[in-house]
Amino acid sequence: MSDEQGPPVAPERDAEGLVSPDSPQFQVAAKHPQRVERTTAVLFLASLVGFVGFGIAYTQNGSTQWLGLTIGLGMLAFGFAMAAWGKFLMPRGPFEEPRAPMATTKEEKEAFVSDFATRGKVAVERRSFLVKLMGAAAAILGIVAAFPLIRSLGPLPGKSFYKTAWRKGSYLTTIDNRRVKVGDVEVGGVLTVFPESDVGGAISQTILVRPQTTAIVTKPGRESWAPQGYIAFSKVCTHAGCPVGLYEEQVQQLLCPCHQSLFDIYAGAEPIFGPAPRPLAQLPLFIDSSGYLRAQAGYDEPVGPGFWERGGTT
Amino acid sequence: MIDNLFNWIDDRLAISRGGRHLLNKIFPDHWSFMLGEIALYSFIVLLLTGIFLTLYFVPSESSIVYHGAYLPIDGQHVSQAFASTLDITFSVRGGLLIRQMHHWAANIFIGSAVVHLLRIFFTGGFRRPREVNWIVGANLLILGIFNGFLGYSLPDDLVSGTGIRIAFSILESVPFAGSYLATFLFGGNFPGNGAIIPRFFIIQVLILPLAILGLLSAHLGMLVRHKHTQFKTPGAREDNVVGTPLWPTFMTKTLAFFFLTTGITVLLGAVAQINPIWQYGQYYPWKVSYAVQPDWYMGWLDGALRVMPSWEIHLPGHMIPNVFFPAVLLPGITFTVLMMYPFIEERLTGNVAEHHLLDRPRDRPVRTAFGCAVFAFYFVLFGASATDVLANYLNLSLNFVLWTFRILCIVVPIVVFPVAYKICKELEGVPEGGKRKVHNLIVRDPAGGYSTIPAEEYPGYESIELEPVDVEKVESLTAAAAAKNGDGRTEGVYEIPREYR
Repeated sequence: MSDEQGPPVAPERDAEGLVSPDSPQFQVAAKHPQRVERTTAVLFLASLVGFVGFGIAYTQNGSTQWLGLTIGLGMLAFGFAMAAWGKFLMPRGPFEEPRAPMATTKEEKEAFVSDFATRGKVAVERRSFLVKLMGAAAAILGIVAAFPLIRSLGPLPGKSFYKTAWRKGSYLTTIDNRRVKVGDVEVGGVLTVFPESDVGGAISQTILVRPQTTAIVTKPGRESWAPQGYIAFSKVCTHAGCPVGLYEEQVQQLLCPCHQSLFDIYAGAEPIFGPAPRPLAQLPLFIDSSGYLRAQAGYDEPVGPGFWERGGTT
Repeated sequence: MIDNLFNWIDDRLAISRGGRHLLNKIFPDHWSFMLGEIALYSFIVLLLTGIFLTLYFVPSESSIVYHGAYLPIDGQHVSQAFASTLDITFSVRGGLLIRQMHHWAANIFIGSAVVHLLRIFFTGGFRRPREVNWIVGANLLILGIFNGFLGYSLPDDLVSGTGIRIAFSILESVPFAGSYLATFLFGGNFPGNGAIIPRFFIIQVLILPLAILGLLSAHLGMLVRHKHTQFKTPGAREDNVVGTPLWPTFMTKTLAFFFLTTGITVLLGAVAQINPIWQYGQYYPWKVSYAVQPDWYMGWLDGALRVMPSWEIHLPGHMIPNVFFPAVLLPGITFTVLMMYPFIEERLTGNVAEHHLLDRPRDRPVRTAFGCAVFAFYFVLFGASATDVLANYLNLSLNFVLWTFRILCIVVPIVVFPVAYKICKELEGVPEGGKRKVHNLIVRDPAGGYSTIPAEEYPGYESIELEPVDVEKVESLTAAAAAKNGDGRTEGVYEIPREYR
């Protein structure tokens, strides 16, 4: 039967008990080594051809595919050749080496500890003042060294998480520096806008939506914020800060493509689906006498994702 | 000449003292021991291809007008990082191949590290005395994941730029120090003052690779010190190691494996497109593309961000943001438990002995079931990073897909645990289960009768079990053979016997 094996075959030993070189352990694993040698030779030849091919492909400015296929197949052939050599043309073994337990003995430990402790004691005995002074100096060094390493990297956060560049009267401006006028956005249209002083700004970016033609009231106190159906929200997602870039006109929702949070425009961009925990901040708008869309004021809350000092506003 | 050179060096560095033990180091023959080698060799590929890339990449966010080989964006303003990545792709000869190899090698590096970790876990290879090496290995994985993320962020393209934005928010979400960490690293509120690409660059090409190299040396150093673990093959005991010696057998095989790993990476780089940044375009903070998925090893974190309910903790004057839980707390707990696992198991089982023989996973049903359940949890999270793509392809509502994943994260581990446990218990009752079956050949003899003979495992390969020979005894063997030959020749020792020449 094929899966029934006798006990492992012991190596042959001579009169002195030494392992004989004729033992099967020292013979190659292959039954027909010549065959394996032939295969290995063919594989090495193939790798040689592949490597030469790469040289040619490189000098001829060959495509990525030619460069990679030549040298890659060459390496595979080389690897298979080496594998066949190692597996079939070398003594099959198995061989063993002894292994001692890792744990040290009690004597070894004690000798080490006593050397360490006695010498250490001699070194610091009656010099506790020096030790304290050394410790103090090293501690100060550690603290002051942290300043250039960490503190120089960037400014303190300060008010940068609370303020955007939107101010009272800021014009809504497109990425190509054009002020947005009434009529620039069709009903069902959407536009990314910035304050003029920060066009392209990552934190000030705002999404202007026009769902309808009459004023939209999202929340009490926001009666005048969305004149003639123009409504603007911070485009920075309150979840992980991605741009809330997709406007779904039929349901009047904004979708963040990163983690699929949905915000209900008519409800003041309240999150209705996904991981976003807070509504997008709404920018109060007005239409000036020349028909330009402008901000009544800046955002009344920090835009974007949360942070420790942000406080408990929901 | 060679002798003289060897003597000269050896007289000064004493290589032969102790070097012999290194030549004789025994490597057990089991396929699963190659997983760590894949990680090692793909790291070497990463170093080599990475050096090439640094020669051309310009780590700068400064804007330039692009006039390179990629015509669709000719004349547009792009960052130098993006432009130089396009130059590597389209102008440097062999550049795209090297870039794609580098990216593939990163995926293979972390992938093989994870599978290697699973092998160590399920076979109990982390047990005393190897707990420290387990922790070193876990840190190598963490550093690998960080460096992978930094690496694919460098080209400043639209997909990776969105990833950097999310990374900023995650950093910002850390209680107490978050806003400081984020503004210090980025040089201000997002997107910072142009510092992030240069900083990511130096961390990615110098600091983390050095840390990985250091830990890798420690990892392999401890491996040599502890010697390999081994399965309970014939002759394998707690006080020995059975396998093939380093020189020349294992050296040949492992060199073969280096070429196979590298060869596969080259072929992937040649024919399997990865990270086509010219299709994504330059990153701008107000732009975003649809179906944004990170590289696979970040998938579980992205999935966790998606399935996390929209909760936050509000305290008087302070808050703990939503992303903190899936993106800081979850990985924090994950890697802490991972590193502590050897000690947890030691405490629970009371088994504090040294172990050099590996378990078969079925023989430790609780550990195996626990490992499967935990892995299943992360696998579900990984799947959850594709909620949008799945909803699109399967024509389902996003709502349905998300809720499915939220439920699966809890249900799948609960189901996997008892199933894995039961399978282990069943396998314990089948001693021969899992053993490779040798095919039988039905042969008709000249008289017309039929008989069955076992087929050869490999053509020309004899499958008999042999008792191991102590490799350190080979010296006396060599002397004995020389004496027997009477002329100082040592034929037959570690050589192909005459009849096979």
